[in-house]
Amino acid sequence: MSVPTPTTATTPGAARLHAAFARAAQQGRAAFIPFMTAGYPTAEGFPAVADALLARADILEVGIPYSDPLGDGPTIQRASEQALGGGTSTRHTLRLVRDLRARHDTPIVIMTYVNPIYAVGPREFMRLAQEAGVDGLILPDLPPDQDLEIADLAAEHGIAVTFLIAPTSTPERVKLVAEACTGFLYAVSVTGVTGAREGSALGEVPAMLALARQYARVPVAVGFGVNDAQTAHQVAQVADGVVVGSAFINAVRNGQDVGALAASIADGCHKG
Amino acid sequence: MSLTLPTYPQPDGRGRFGRFGGRYVPETLIPALDELERAYAAAKVDPEYLNELDRLLRDFVGRPSGLYLAERLTAHAGGAKIYLKREDQNYTGAHKINNCLAQALLARRMGKQRVVAETGAGQHGVASATAAALLGLDCVVYMGAEDIRRQELNVFRMKLLGAEVRAVTSGTSTLKDATNEAIRDWVTNVRDTFYILGSVVGPHPYPAMVRDFQSVIGEEVKVQHQALEGRPVPDAIVACVGGGSNAIGIFAPFAYLPEGERPRLIGTEAAGEGVDSGRHAASVAGGRVGVLHGAMMYLLNDDEGQIVPPHSISAGLDYPGIGPEHCLYSETGVAEYVPVTDAQAMDALQLCTRLEGIIPALETAHALHHAVELARTMRPDQTVVVNLSGRGDKDVAEVMRLLSLPAGQSSTPGTLHARPEVQA
Repeated sequence: MSVPTPTTATTPGAARLHAAFARAAQQGRAAFIPFMTAGYPTAEGFPAVADALLARADILEVGIPYSDPLGDGPTIQRASEQALGGGTSTRHTLRLVRDLRARHDTPIVIMTYVNPIYAVGPREFMRLAQEAGVDGLILPDLPPDQDLEIADLAAEHGIAVTFLIAPTSTPERVKLVAEACTGFLYAVSVTGVTGAREGSALGEVPAMLALARQYARVPVAVGFGVNDAQTAHQVAQVADGVVVGSAFINAVRNGQDVGALAASIADGCHKG
Repeated sequence: MSLTLPTYPQPDGRGRFGRFGGRYVPETLIPALDELERAYAAAKVDPEYLNELDRLLRDFVGRPSGLYLAERLTAHAGGAKIYLKREDQNYTGAHKINNCLAQALLARRMGKQRVVAETGAGQHGVASATAAALLGLDCVVYMGAEDIRRQELNVFRMKLLGAEVRAVTSGTSTLKDATNEAIRDWVTNVRDTFYILGSVVGPHPYPAMVRDFQSVIGEEVKVQHQALEGRPVPDAIVACVGGGSNAIGIFAPFAYLPEGERPRLIGTEAAGEGVDSGRHAASVAGGRVGVLHGAMMYLLNDDEGQIVPPHSISAGLDYPGIGPEHCLYSETGVAEYVPVTDAQAMDALQLCTRLEGIIPALETAHALHHAVELARTMRPDQTVVVNLSGRGDKDVAEVMRLLSLPAGQSSTPGTLHARPEVQA
């Protein structure tokens, strides 16, 4: 099965991310990449949730809560609204990450819409992110050809960038996006927004990944609609990493054991 | 009406108006935007498309709309002649229908059977539902729950026209949230759905395309002003700006004239309870550059990049951003943008109604307020054209509610005004 493409890491962040994929691959797994909205369910409660995820995560994805999250479904949007209501947004998220970083070696990537970066100022944002120990950025509303400065500034601060491809992406777009990624490539499994779906299936994912691997110099992860061990297992057969988000938000909201769910999905990430 | 769509020097090849605009959207949509850009470029020079659009604008919408000399408003102001460009005469009651028919025709050409739209005041929703009914397309309109309350009649109109109206309860339950939901729907159903965007906002090519479709307003003004005044270019043009489509429609045909030949172009932003109050929708006066709904523009957002909920008496202006082309006009001085408060708009609405027998939309009333103020400062041989972007039918219930509130419960004047003084 797939093994992460050998790469020349361009930044310390990229090196750490690639090492995490490589470790998982050596163990016959896809990397398990859980997502959690910063400051959810509360600023005080977030570290415990993050700790539970970090117990099994290969990479943790932390979302900056945002008022107008175009790419997210209702689950993550509600979590964002709750976190914003509790006072967490951009700078606070980076402080929460810095605190996690003090306790954990696991790589951490930040998912953020582009407006918070512009509002803080791209250079200042990168400085704060580097200081917090952020390894990578996932930018769901920034196609790489929109802003060439952000990726450069990230690299300057040792941070890797991840852009997204979708089932609608043409081969030209896949090539452009894949070549721009320095952390990992994020393949969106379906057209649509984030969130658990009934009957999630691989569908167009294998063909999309085959195309992506022709161009990507980095590992390829799949997300959107992965919500349990079974789906994670399916995805792990073709991807280097599996991103799971809304399922954990739902678990927190419903008072379920996040650590147990993380363990179950992480186990599902075994290949074969 | 000439059977061509205009061509302007902006945006650049990357969909940017200077530093504004662009395509800040999920990658899923990029191929759809490319497809739209190609389809629009082809339609724009296709006589079949242009003939059909021309026929519908003439026979269905009722274009050209009048350019009407408002004699009593002019006398009241006591300065320049005030002309009203009567987009309120359009079928469905506002300029929105120009753009909706053009986009719906494009959707049909592209083989998309389903359209989605967002709406604030309901005018764009009604226009989208109308165009969809006419062309036999399925139509879903996203509307904030708060706006549904404010615009009950338009909600019913849309349903009567066969559209499905989906209430949006996320965020502030207004236009920006309805736009988020419409874009999400489009991301999800992008392969068979066309997004009829209602203003000169959103990712490229929407700001340019919507401008082109609305430019018919300004192009007609040239011809009509020539006939009435013996010259094609008025001295000043005033239009209200939320996202900014009616304003661009009347500005763009004049905006690229050389300096010195260009009229003063003035956009009125909704200042709500005042720009300093924090309760307004004035993106130029009270915002800073940011990204929303796929474009970089002046935007109400805080220092951490969170969108600040806008406020306006008018649901149609209640939007935290302003189209990227307006941002460029503002930055380069091609147009000016001035804030007008809720209370000033309410006064202007009553003034226009009493003096001219025309009940304007609350949006339009913002422009009317400034036009009267401006005309006062100008000579009688000069002209001010106000884009009367829509009629007030949809707002009558809300206006009635606001005018019946005891003073002090609202920022809006609580009394019906006495008949205004008209100078002889």
